Amino acid sequence: MRTISFDGVIVGGGGAGMRAALQLAQSGYKTAVISKVFPTRSHTVSAQGGITCAIASADPEDDWRWHMYDTVKGSDYIGDQDAIEYMCSVGPEAIFELEHMGLPFSRTEEGRIYQRPFGGQSKNFGEGGQAARTCAAADRTGHALLHTLYQNNIKNETVFFNEWFAVDLVKNQDGAVVGVIAICIETGETVYVKSKATVFATGGAGRIYASTTNAHINTGDGMGMALRAGVPAQDMEMWQFHPTGIYGAGTLVTEGCRGEGGYLVNKDGERFMERYAPNAKDLAGRDVVARSMVLEILEGRGCGPNGDHVKLKLDHLGEDVLESRLPGICELSRTFAHVDPVKEPIPVVPTCHYMMGGIPTNVHGQALTVDASGNDTVIPGLYACGEVACVSVHGANRLGGNSLLDLVVFGRASGLFIEKSLRDGIELRDASQTDIDAAGSRLEALNARASGEQVAPLRHELQEIMQNHFGVFRTGEFMREGIAKLDDLRTRVENVALADRSNAFNTSRIECLELQNLFETAEATAIVAEARDESRGAHAREDFTERDDENWLCHSLYQGESKKVSKRSVNFTPQTVETFQPMARSY
Amino acid sequence: MLEVSLYRYNPETDEAPYMQDFSVDTSGRDLMVLDVLELIKADYDGSVTYRRSCREGVCGSDGLNMNGKNGLACVTPLSETVKGEKLVIRPLPGLPVIRDLVVDMSLFYAQYEKVQPYLQNPSPAPAIERLQSPEERAQLDGLYECILCACCSTSCPSFWWNPDRFIGPAGLLQAYRFLADSRDTATEERLGKLDDPFSVFRCHGIQNCVNVCPKGLNPTKAIGHIRTMLLNRAT
Repeated sequence: MRTISFDGVIVGGGGAGMRAALQLAQSGYKTAVISKVFPTRSHTVSAQGGITCAIASADPEDDWRWHMYDTVKGSDYIGDQDAIEYMCSVGPEAIFELEHMGLPFSRTEEGRIYQRPFGGQSKNFGEGGQAARTCAAADRTGHALLHTLYQNNIKNETVFFNEWFAVDLVKNQDGAVVGVIAICIETGETVYVKSKATVFATGGAGRIYASTTNAHINTGDGMGMALRAGVPAQDMEMWQFHPTGIYGAGTLVTEGCRGEGGYLVNKDGERFMERYAPNAKDLAGRDVVARSMVLEILEGRGCGPNGDHVKLKLDHLGEDVLESRLPGICELSRTFAHVDPVKEPIPVVPTCHYMMGGIPTNVHGQALTVDASGNDTVIPGLYACGEVACVSVHGANRLGGNSLLDLVVFGRASGLFIEKSLRDGIELRDASQTDIDAAGSRLEALNARASGEQVAPLRHELQEIMQNHFGVFRTGEFMREGIAKLDDLRTRVENVALADRSNAFNTSRIECLELQNLFETAEATAIVAEARDESRGAHAREDFTERDDENWLCHSLYQGESKKVSKRSVNFTPQTVETFQPMARSY
Repeated sequence: MLEVSLYRYNPETDEAPYMQDFSVDTSGRDLMVLDVLELIKADYDGSVTYRRSCREGVCGSDGLNMNGKNGLACVTPLSETVKGEKLVIRPLPGLPVIRDLVVDMSLFYAQYEKVQPYLQNPSPAPAIERLQSPEERAQLDGLYECILCACCSTSCPSFWWNPDRFIGPAGLLQAYRFLADSRDTATEERLGKLDDPFSVFRCHGIQNCVNVCPKGLNPTKAIGHIRTMLLNRAT
């Protein structure tokens, strides 16, 4: 097996990966991005509504501390306050950098970046009414962001391994991460990519659910690799169901629709969010809106012949607003719902959207684990940023527009920290042949297997289990049934067989490897969801309906090998502001 | 049943490409072409090879030639493309085939990179954003939305003839996106790099690019603007 060496290797070519790569490439260190798709095909491209940040354009008085307050509240108090403080305070600088790179933000009459209202936003620590804090490029902000980052990586001559797939982490005898095994999809060649710093920016795993806004490629590859390598996963029970996925297709309709004045109606045409969140109404936290929608449906007020969805009304905004502010939504709605939002409401249903959990990290992107006495320890050589990481700025529920901010701020922070570390000198012992072989063993086994089940039906079965047993509302008994089904599925997934043995662009091989990553992610989700016997943020238990701060004002931590769940403290000590104390969360 | 004819080619086993027929059970649904490919891969032949990612027309992975017309498989419903009996799916024309429906896009990307598709402005950036009026920003509409799917360039006869020297509609659309940006100051240098008989002037206004663009963009119009800028510069 050939070895290729770099100072820094970033796995994933989405927003987080390309922001980290850009930082490292600018520093002159030998940097490579491994991406299983050409970078602009990454899922960041699908982000619509915007990037939330207190740049004080819509409101000159806006303050990053207000954004911090909203984010802490949104997280249902298990977001780490040092990390949220860092994100919200550094955010404006990171946004202005993007603008200087050329990102085509929409503009105000003053020539500044246009900001729209999004859910969970307030002025003056919840006292001053709705804020408008989400910076937007029409409703194509993710596309504009991703292309801008790719363009600037071209400018800085970052090395891209496009359509290469990272299989597993290589660890040396000290347990430090010293690179990954990767396949060139076009030729089938397997290579050891050696690196002093390995950054996971592999994105989410929404494909563990049958109905998701996520791209086909969101298969939790980073989670799978991490869990197999003994890296813990944090807060995996916290999955965001976006209120407005297009009914039937699952494609996303931005919260920006409601930010621009759209609202949800039930079959009676009632604006039902007024009942659930009298102040914020349709702009309450996403978890709150998603649950309200499901309750409307369960109580018989859903729309359609099966009463299984509600509708998003936009027609009152007028064609001009829709075509200028929400052109992409008009297009998606016409294509996937066969509905013209200028004339009639869009059928929508809560749809799996975002993984709040992930690899625990500090604000520098360093991956963390805990030692025997429960203290955080850094895993040498491994970093994570973006959706695969759990810094944690989102806690139990992410606010709209905070994912793009998370990925640029922490992609940038990871790059900055690695640059400094490289300058100070990183000494990691080389991996032995045995270490490299160990990392290649999963692929080896897949290639050698003569028979087994096919990937598509197994993937379908996994997605159905997750959809049915671990959805918006959860109960212990039903989750335990789901866990038993997953137990049964594990061996079958481990023994999945290739439908195709060629070397040239073998997507069947990639799908098998992805399925195993999906499975690891799903199992972590299932086991931790059953363990957290309270309701908090996106995790809503019908058998434990209250938030339990006495026992669960903490992160969950899951170990792949032992399948054990433990607890990890939440950070309540921001450096420049007072701690935001947990309060009852209402909108 | 839907009759589908797929372009197949595996460089390891096939001496030449061939068309393979499938009868696919769609249960009468008006699926997207990508859904049909997913069905074939899952239920009929796991070796069928194509690219896909977002499945909603924004990532640009699944540009294909469907019944003779380039488009994105994920946003092309059967009702739009199958007028007769059959759905014929081929790779995008004019680029080397790696396998089945997957083409080698290196030349396409190289032409994109040639136009230096990034903002250039050496003056020190302000502490906040560079200001731009809504009118100035509106100049970028219809340009920045390109998803690099290559449907346009691979439907362009001029690009088929000179893929190494004619930038092609996708690259030129991005060239103009930066020429049109009030924040970019490299206009003269950009035009200088385009001022040769091939880069821009091989466009003959055939407009295949406009007809196939899944995002409704108009590269021919952008090329017209660049042409005017080049001609004004020459006089």
